[in-house]
Amino acid sequence: MELNDLYRDVILDHNRRPRNFGPLDPADASIEGFNPLCGDRLTVRLKMAGDAICDIRFEGEGCAISTASASLMTEAVKGKSRGEALALFDRVHHLLTDDDASSEELGKLAALSGVREFPARVKCASLCWHTLASALKASDAQALPAVSTE
Amino acid sequence: MKNMALAQDSTFQVQAVRRDFPVLARLIHGKPLAYLDNGASAQRPNAVIDAVDDYERHHHANIHRGVHTLSQEATALYEAARDRLVRFLNARSRHEIVFVRGTTEAINLVAQSHARTTLKSGDEILITHLEHHANIVPWQLVCEQTGAKLVVAPMDETGDVNFEAVEALMNDRTRLFACAHVSNALGTVLPVKRLVAAARARGIVTLIDGAQAVPHMPVDVQDLGCDFYAFSGHKLFGPTGIGVLYGREAMLERMPPWQGGGDMILTVTFAKTTFNGLPYKFEAGTPNISGAIGLGAAVRYLEGLDFAGSRAHEHALLDYATAALSKSEGLRIVGTAKDKASLVSVVVKGVHPHELGTILDEEGIAIRTGHHCAMPVMDFFKLPATARASFAFYNTFDEIDRLSMAVERARTLFA
Repeated sequence: MELNDLYRDVILDHNRRPRNFGPLDPADASIEGFNPLCGDRLTVRLKMAGDAICDIRFEGEGCAISTASASLMTEAVKGKSRGEALALFDRVHHLLTDDDASSEELGKLAALSGVREFPARVKCASLCWHTLASALKASDAQALPAVSTE
Repeated sequence: MKNMALAQDSTFQVQAVRRDFPVLARLIHGKPLAYLDNGASAQRPNAVIDAVDDYERHHHANIHRGVHTLSQEATALYEAARDRLVRFLNARSRHEIVFVRGTTEAINLVAQSHARTTLKSGDEILITHLEHHANIVPWQLVCEQTGAKLVVAPMDETGDVNFEAVEALMNDRTRLFACAHVSNALGTVLPVKRLVAAARARGIVTLIDGAQAVPHMPVDVQDLGCDFYAFSGHKLFGPTGIGVLYGREAMLERMPPWQGGGDMILTVTFAKTTFNGLPYKFEAGTPNISGAIGLGAAVRYLEGLDFAGSRAHEHALLDYATAALSKSEGLRIVGTAKDKASLVSVVVKGVHPHELGTILDEEGIAIRTGHHCAMPVMDFFKLPATARASFAFYNTFDEIDRLSMAVERARTLFA
């Protein structure tokens, strides 16, 4: 277990300068994620064009892992279809929890693989992804419930 | 060697005491464990582990039931633990010591048995801003059930609770006053004796949450004058799942049972049940027998320690940690009340408490990060979380040096 593996340069960079951070107005979906264990709280907002995510932004308060993961996520899913984004959610979920998961073709998201050596931090990295998934799965985008990792 | 002067001032034999706690010899990620999370749960000495082990191997049976030898032995050990707690808290009698699962259950017992049955709409329950959720939520439930109102006394920016500010909120509608003896998130020691006296002068029932106090200071419930005092065994170097509710006998006598079952009854027919006397009225079902025996052993162990020496050592640790961490750039100590128990809650600019927790763990240092089950305290300071190092008498100045160095390492990584 190495700290350098958790805090890779990509993670540190996206924590310091989160991409797609801030409000999105108007948004087609706005959903809040909350990790009661640590107090991390973030809101993911989406703008859809048909089935595609044409814009996505997030804001909130979280640790470096949750901030970097959200930042990387927004970069990765922008322009993707609902189905593609959900497939990516599944792959990242495996990457965070399964030692044998491959990070091939995941690009920068592969940097999140170091998190799985730190079980206490997996929820930090997955919070934004669960939030996005429930935003995408909900049919009525206006009346979305809050998401909790607990 | 900056710590030598302080370390030598103390006659407390910390290295000898450390040998009583087997887990302190562990390596974590290849480094010696520095256990600075005592506020969450303290470690157990051999005396506790051995007492529980001996009970499990040689004396276990159900208590208060059988005429056979094991049942009598188990009963004797369980009740001897109660007697030890009577002396530890200076209660008047064994009727006043109720074994419960922990502080949370003790407070819920008082909330449901006393408050729910006596409060009515318009009555007030007074607490303070720095309470643990366990001393907030049970009262909120009672307020919903009875129509009573929860009133919260303020805290200042140092995390202190001002006596006059609390007293000003005591009025003829206040039926119950509940507060922490020591804040778990900030370390603040509250002026509980004065607060209890002010409440009692107005006929207000008082409950003190002593979970964070009993490991750090002698507690005499008769001297405090409170109606109820609650604490958990595992923060007092005993097992989990066992705790104590002290209740003034006259109060407990008036209260109805809150759980029904075995052991809490004298006779049962389908027409009518008569209840057992104190404290059994509040101990329905087979209790945590080994836990109580372990807690008794923890108290016996503490009585064998140089308590004045251990307190002085803990205070030296607090002063040393406060001074060392204050030098760290961008670090802010949250909770700077004048009278504090030995814990330090911090936030470091640019480093989320979770990162600090992970980085410290890599160095073998265990601290608590998060909201400490005191979200209103976090909201007050506009923080999502803090990192908290909480000390016990077995901690050392060297461990605090390692803490300071690891904080610096975290700061550099995220700079």
